[in-house]
Amino acid sequence: MIKTTADSTTAREMLKVIAALIPGYIALSLIFGPGALIHAAIMIPVAMLAEATIIWMRSRSAVPAIKDLSAPLTALLLAAALPPLLPWWMAIVGILFAIIIAKQLYGGLGQNPFNPAMVGYVILLVSFPLEMTSWLTPAGAIVGGDTIGFIQSAEIIFGTIENPSITIDGVTGATPLDAMKTALYQGLTISEGIKEISNGVLAGSGWEIINLTFLIGGIYLIASRTISWHIPVSMLVALLIISALFNTVDPDRYSTPLYHLLSGGTMLGAFFIATDPVTASTTPRGRIWFGACIGILIYTIRSWGGYPDAVAFSVLLLNMFTPLIDHFTQPKIYGERDNG
Amino acid sequence: MIEYNKIVNDGLWRNNAGLVQLLGLCPLLAVTTTTINGLGLGIATTLTLIISNLMVSSIRNFITSEIRIPVFVMIIACTVTGIELAMNAWFHELFLVLGIFIPLIVTNCAIIGRAEAFASRNSLLPSLLDAISMGIGFTLILILLGGMREIFGFGTLLAQSDLMFGEGASWMTMTIIEDYRGFLLAILPPGAFIGLGLIIAAKNRIDMRVSAAPLSNMLPQ
Repeated sequence: MIKTTADSTTAREMLKVIAALIPGYIALSLIFGPGALIHAAIMIPVAMLAEATIIWMRSRSAVPAIKDLSAPLTALLLAAALPPLLPWWMAIVGILFAIIIAKQLYGGLGQNPFNPAMVGYVILLVSFPLEMTSWLTPAGAIVGGDTIGFIQSAEIIFGTIENPSITIDGVTGATPLDAMKTALYQGLTISEGIKEISNGVLAGSGWEIINLTFLIGGIYLIASRTISWHIPVSMLVALLIISALFNTVDPDRYSTPLYHLLSGGTMLGAFFIATDPVTASTTPRGRIWFGACIGILIYTIRSWGGYPDAVAFSVLLLNMFTPLIDHFTQPKIYGERDNG
Repeated sequence: MIEYNKIVNDGLWRNNAGLVQLLGLCPLLAVTTTTINGLGLGIATTLTLIISNLMVSSIRNFITSEIRIPVFVMIIACTVTGIELAMNAWFHELFLVLGIFIPLIVTNCAIIGRAEAFASRNSLLPSLLDAISMGIGFTLILILLGGMREIFGFGTLLAQSDLMFGEGASWMTMTIIEDYRGFLLAILPPGAFIGLGLIIAAKNRIDMRVSAAPLSNMLPQ
């Protein structure tokens, strides 16, 4: 491996990941309005400020940590996962926990055992379950209606509207994953549920486009060798196999594989979250185990768990097992005997 | 010559059961969702500590070291049962709120820890002082953590103080943040761990300042 100065290469890799997020962000903005962009604009400066403050308190130089762009990337990943009309202060709470508690208190970039963006997301999800599960009904791009505009998004996020519930009542709703779960509880079958919840073809309107754009960004990341193929491919294949299995056995109760692959945060999780070089497994065989376990866990929690989507929980649970997986999957050194 | 100052300092700060020995974490983390819960459990634990320390200290010359642990356990179990019955009688509401954590005081390692490490080797008066200072030290942490979690979680302080001080004490409840929507994380178990971690960090920071050593020497490099 060629050794170069750490900060410049880290920054270059982070920049590639940020670039790969662009198509996903464009799709998010077209379908759900500019909420994600507004959140990112709030969270990036907060993330950098929080990072710099903690490093300053540890009496170290904050410049390399700011230059490596890891804090803005965490903010961008978290903003892409948040509901587009989440109040601004909740977004700030999330990013502060992600940067301060999940990253810097463990020692900063490279030392954190848990994915910071997902820690921020989960903390918001368990603390504000109502706000974190009310998404916008996808408009514009699919149905032909109007997308929520910049001014309106900003007014709701910053709470300057007198009575936001009236304004947004017509457009908020649960995500397709959430609505499907409710439909199943009500005794509907999967095919009835799909008719009920969406105008979309596969996984709820708008969501399949968002997932496909994150897939495009992910393919760029693999092609540019920023991430290895092992984690995303094994995760998606595991999710595909297990969902196909249950869907074949009982298509009325278990959704199709395509639905699972293109719903919620599947693609964002597979290519951008689970592949975090700090918290993911590092050996080739370990990465396959890591990804496959995440895929199976996502299916398990989505199908039988209490929360509608499961990418964040699955990634965090596997983060805990990363040292163990790495320990058992060390590649053999050339010439080493099997039973030494 | 017994240094009484040292005993008090150990219990309240230098060797605090909650912050330094990290004993009795289970009740410390589980019941501190409100200040009053923390205070109630702290007082019950302190009472248990005082009685068990006094009893262990007074019989320390009659028990052989081989059977000392079962003897300590029986003393502590009797004490806790007595306190449980007393709380059930006089603080019934609070007893219901604290629930299983009252009988579980028996498993609080801080209590058997003090019996073994202090009371079985010292005479009555120092043992009493040790129990009081350890108990108060533990109670203060319970109150502090309970207060932090209550403010962040519910936006109030000293809510339900009538459980502890009777009907006339409802005025003590303070609403710190009006129209607070609640921050569930602070109430849930992770909030307890994060809160305790922050308190320990603050204590270590204060200790560093006091010892006047340059900060950079104390940090792991």
